[in-house]
Amino acid sequence: MKIQLSRKDIDGLTEKARSLRMEILKMLAEAGSGHTGGSLSAADIVTVLYFFKMRHKPANPEWRERDRFILSKGHAAPVLYAALALSGYFDKELLKTLRKIGSPLQGHPCSCKLPGVEISTGSLGQGLSIANGISMGIKMDGLSSRVYCILGDGEIQEGQVWEAAMTAAHYRLDNLCAIIDNNGLQIDGHCCDVMHIEPIVHKWKAFGWHVIDIDGHNIRAIVGALNKAETLKGKPTMIVARTIKGKGVSFFEGKVEYHGLAPTHDELKMALKELQQ
Amino acid sequence: MGERIQQSSPAAQSTAKKAIATRDAYGEALLELGRLRKDIVVLDADLSGSTKTGKFAKAFPDRFYNIGISEQDLIGTASGLSLTGKLPFASTFAVFETGRAWEQIRQTVCYSNLNVKLVATHSGITVGEDGASHQSVEDVALMRVLPNMTVIVPADAHETKQVIHTIADSYGPFYVRLGRAKVPVVMPDDYTFQIGKSFTFHLGKDANIVAMGIMVSAALEAAKILRDAGIDVGVINMSTVKPLDNEALLKASSACRLIVTAEEHSIIGGLGGAVSEFLSENNPTKVLRIGIKDDFGCSGTSEELLHLYGLTADNLVRSIKEALA
Repeated sequence: MKIQLSRKDIDGLTEKARSLRMEILKMLAEAGSGHTGGSLSAADIVTVLYFFKMRHKPANPEWRERDRFILSKGHAAPVLYAALALSGYFDKELLKTLRKIGSPLQGHPCSCKLPGVEISTGSLGQGLSIANGISMGIKMDGLSSRVYCILGDGEIQEGQVWEAAMTAAHYRLDNLCAIIDNNGLQIDGHCCDVMHIEPIVHKWKAFGWHVIDIDGHNIRAIVGALNKAETLKGKPTMIVARTIKGKGVSFFEGKVEYHGLAPTHDELKMALKELQQ
Repeated sequence: MGERIQQSSPAAQSTAKKAIATRDAYGEALLELGRLRKDIVVLDADLSGSTKTGKFAKAFPDRFYNIGISEQDLIGTASGLSLTGKLPFASTFAVFETGRAWEQIRQTVCYSNLNVKLVATHSGITVGEDGASHQSVEDVALMRVLPNMTVIVPADAHETKQVIHTIADSYGPFYVRLGRAKVPVVMPDDYTFQIGKSFTFHLGKDANIVAMGIMVSAALEAAKILRDAGIDVGVINMSTVKPLDNEALLKASSACRLIVTAEEHSIIGGLGGAVSEFLSENNPTKVLRIGIKDDFGCSGTSEELLHLYGLTADNLVRSIKEALA
């Protein structure tokens, strides 16, 4: 639960986010399928959570007092796997088995197969309800753990998200901080063309949440929002993180087709080169 | 309904107990558990008065969550609570719990093998006047198909209490199917429920009725009438529909030439489906399925509906005689 952020911290996290992106691209290229765009858009947020903000013990994934992380947008599994591997939950070599037969790294996260994954996700719209339940349990136990849940922006088209939004506010789950990876794209196109989701900020405010609107690729802004959320009492907090789908690789950025496409080996080479610059 | 069956059911007569709704037994069992265990939490979706979780809510308000009219969120929230070591019981009507939230149960509860107990009331047509929208005749089929799920349909209040206590002590996802209407107590006083173990009242040489829920009482009545007429018909309470008691089924099917399934549920995918699947592979035997025949329910008193859909002792007697002829 660090509050202060030094220049060195920012540099370290920026470097870590770069490593996460490289691992994401490598494992996706090796798998030959998977979700590139939404894994890259969430990379900075996940980096700050796993390498700065969250209290967790990779050697003891079941540590009772840990902060919890729910990847409601389960298709971004590669960003979670990269964070878990680089945190030390398992050997980085395992990332090469993504989506392959017999691998614990399923196409979408499976908690029964991979320690460190709190709950299986992949069917959109379910994570926030689960995060609510965890937040309630933690409060009942009098623990100070916090619960983080990342949702996709397209995902909030699911009705269950709004059921959960009401529940979190009703039960004043202020140990819960949800984050929307607002990259503006979903499989069939721009969210605004497929099914309008705006005004996101107003919607969550109207549902009784604290809302913080940030640049989801600015490390300082992400840390600031997560710190701020911890001080806001009586309501859950939603961080609307404005992101770019495919962030970090110019030829993937903002491209809707890379929602569900993995990089080819040629694209991987170019992407890694770009990230290393 | 209860009175008439009670008078003619030998088991009910011997215990001389009045008819009690299984949902009432659930409400009492939750109260007992609430006193015994601090980790029990109960969730409902705005039907706590009807499901009887309201009693727990009143006694233990800090461990009760009303999630409102949102069954999908109900299942997700219960799942989250289980991830912190709590023992959640989530209740609403069977049609909403297993239908509206099926995919949440599949994806979150079963796929992640969570310690979540789903106890639904108002199953079957004995919901009565509310009509088909509120009468679940598909829930056992919907729950039975899910990996990791155990499915239990208690026959009476006595068994219900034991089931609730037993599943509280057993890890994993459970679906327990309860009813609204009063049903006679048919299980013996010294009966002990075990997951996956059926109870054989009598093993018949001509036919055996494998029943679940309220149909156990009707089956007992039918078997008595048939035995009085010289046809030896047995009755098995298959309260655990998944996993089935294979051993008992093999024994029963080997002892007679007709197995009859009796359920207040669709004959597709429920107890009849499960028994047919098992016997066709392991001991091919003629199976007669008594239940709802690919149909919806409708409004009426529970008594009228049981007659309309043929879920009575009389219809069992007639159908079994025809099948054996």
